[in-house]
Amino acid sequence: MFSVDALPLAASASNLLAAREQMAFTLGFHIVLSCLGVALPATILVANYLGLKKGDRDAMELARRWSKAMAVTFAVGAVTGTVLSFEFGLLWPEFVDRFGSVFGIAFAIEGIFFFVEAIFLAIYIYGWKRLSPWAHFWSGVPMVITGIGGAFSVVAANSWMNQPQGFVLDAAGNVTKVEPWKVLFNPATGYEVPHMILAAYMVVGFLVASIYAVGMLKGRRDRLHRLGLLIPLTIGLIATPIQLFVGDTAAREVADHQPAKFAGMECIQKSGGHQTEYVGGICTDDGVKFAIPIPDLDSFLVGFSADTHVVGLEDIPVDERPPANTLLNPTSDTMVGIGSALLLLGIWVGWVWWKKRDIPQTKWFLRAVSVSGAGAILALWCGWIVTEVGRQPWIVQGYMRTEEAVTEADGIWFTFGVVLILYAALGTAAVLVLRGMSRRWREAGSSEDVESPYGPAGTKRVGA
Amino acid sequence: MSKADVAAAILWVGATFYALFGGADFGGGLWDLVAGWDERKGERPRAVIRRSLTPVWEANHVWLIFILVVLWTAFPPAFKAIFSTLYVPISLAALGIVLRGAGFAFGKSIEGLRERRLAGATFALSSVLTPFFMGTVVGAIAAGHVPADGNGEAFSSWIQPLPLLVGGMFVAAGAYLSAVFLVGDARRAGEADMESYFRLRALLAAVVAGVFAAVGLLALHSEARYVFDRLTDQALPLVILSTLCGIGLLLAVRRHAPTWMVRPLAAGAVVGVIWGWAVAQFPYLLPTSLRIDQAAAPDATLNMVFGVFGVALIVVIPSLALLYTLSQREMLEHD
Repeated sequence: MFSVDALPLAASASNLLAAREQMAFTLGFHIVLSCLGVALPATILVANYLGLKKGDRDAMELARRWSKAMAVTFAVGAVTGTVLSFEFGLLWPEFVDRFGSVFGIAFAIEGIFFFVEAIFLAIYIYGWKRLSPWAHFWSGVPMVITGIGGAFSVVAANSWMNQPQGFVLDAAGNVTKVEPWKVLFNPATGYEVPHMILAAYMVVGFLVASIYAVGMLKGRRDRLHRLGLLIPLTIGLIATPIQLFVGDTAAREVADHQPAKFAGMECIQKSGGHQTEYVGGICTDDGVKFAIPIPDLDSFLVGFSADTHVVGLEDIPVDERPPANTLLNPTSDTMVGIGSALLLLGIWVGWVWWKKRDIPQTKWFLRAVSVSGAGAILALWCGWIVTEVGRQPWIVQGYMRTEEAVTEADGIWFTFGVVLILYAALGTAAVLVLRGMSRRWREAGSSEDVESPYGPAGTKRVGA
Repeated sequence: MSKADVAAAILWVGATFYALFGGADFGGGLWDLVAGWDERKGERPRAVIRRSLTPVWEANHVWLIFILVVLWTAFPPAFKAIFSTLYVPISLAALGIVLRGAGFAFGKSIEGLRERRLAGATFALSSVLTPFFMGTVVGAIAAGHVPADGNGEAFSSWIQPLPLLVGGMFVAAGAYLSAVFLVGDARRAGEADMESYFRLRALLAAVVAGVFAAVGLLALHSEARYVFDRLTDQALPLVILSTLCGIGLLLAVRRHAPTWMVRPLAAGAVVGVIWGWAVAQFPYLLPTSLRIDQAAAPDATLNMVFGVFGVALIVVIPSLALLYTLSQREMLEHD
């Protein structure tokens, strides 16, 4: 171990990279699970409602299976979420020291939502056999509300990092006054929160649908599989066009308030009006190469006029530029590209439904749906890279640099290594367990006897 | 009481709930661990443990998140000081939480005896390690090994007699709480042999926890004089309450007293220690370098913390009560 005093710069630079990598990795892992926590309850309840209202046994069976799968992902998500709250102190103690009194309250509110969701998840899973059918249905509704509330709180904290307000600093940089409502409802909350909630519904919709699409490609074309594809796919497809609208609004806000991030996303090198929009291509210091250029469109999209002035990276101080070429522009393009592809998928389904009152049954349609889940997750990750890397070098835009926030503790590379191994095992085990559950459901023809976390012991015990 | 003091009290309320419910949860893991390698012999006690842990597992652990969030919102400098100094035991506790959660999540839904055993062992072992390292963190704070500006000694801050003893006491206290709860659960299920199985373990764990507490008091005397002096003065009534509850519990458990009498005594013994600790280190968050008022966030933030706590009381407590009621009813229906 070397002392921080002997090698101040090298040590903190190395710590910064390790801490950022660990944070990105654990957040990227957790965000997928939180999407399930936010949007899966509503998906389950749609199936549950259809099952009760129309006496649809397949829909009921789907609701039961999904709730048991959710118990597993929720338990894993609770763990990875706990890790994140430890990481605030383990990786970014200076950030919390300086601004904990400002943004912390968002997490306190999130805590309540999470608490209530955990309680009602347990009640819902317990209630399958023990509550009357409609009482059981209603016991699931708090999960939908708390999922959205929880997403609001956490993303409001992140929005605040992008557009900080609602606090006063003294000469030494210490927070002396806080206006919590201004913190929670900062300008970025308005677009970041709906963008994330819709993303959660898209991830869940397409992910669950893709699982049943794979099953149908393997020849399981029974009604359960068709319904299992149709319910979540509909949810995902409804969310998609709204998401493109919200994302478009968000981009305009980012252009106004975080010009460096926007310039990086769009690979705008020179400031000025009449900016070209590039579709695809590779971002370089000399502009976008190998792309389809659409003159003036970028300026038009930002301000609804070709004359709109857009700030280029040349006007951002060198030490405040986010990594546009390597990260921002490619991830931004990927996110928008996937969103557009999912919109096309929706148009395809809508067209066939209008013609035939049924979903398309072709192999190519099922193949498209079966990759849509992975696509939605990839778009989600890209979106978070845009949000977080696009703010660099700042942790709190304009107020605190990420390098000032990082811990001086030794061994961050080591803990990152441990985290990688641990999460690889956790992810593998989760997938294996879920696949095992699904196989047993198929073999048994129902999910009644398969145990899950929070749930009561089944009548049939495997093993011990 | 100032606003900052109220916020600190809220922190301690969270710690109390976590100690009572989370602690009992960890204890359940310990009894799972020592239920024996013999699959058949360990099967019945393990079944009792799983049955009572499963529905409330998640809810019990949200208290930890509550404590962390209130600490970093209401007392950011204390949060930084603790995490930048005690990052080794805190990381190990976090590791334990991950393993424990994974073992729990997968234990019930996994296939195959070997995999189930692996998940069970992971769950059980981490149930012991996690509270131990949390105890060392609390011990190191009480002993004054965390400097107010943070970045204290990474190892010698907690590898000391007092933190290690507190770690041991955390494990023993959880085991004892859990055994007391399990006696009631086994009785409710009408399993007389399991009732006496856990009764014996409750007594054993109570004695061990008492020994840790007594030796810990000696370590406190030499390592943390400020806290020791106040513990034996201002906090003395709470220490006596805790001791009386402990002794009363030993008698009550031996005489097969009803659950409604035993559980409050068990809780009283733990609550006495936690609030005794609070009074003993008052007015410090980090004795004797950081006072509560020095670490406190601006008023508006503290007001929000109070508001959130109030909502928690109104929303969370009834929901929790509903969950506990339903899960206790399940015990009746199940057998």
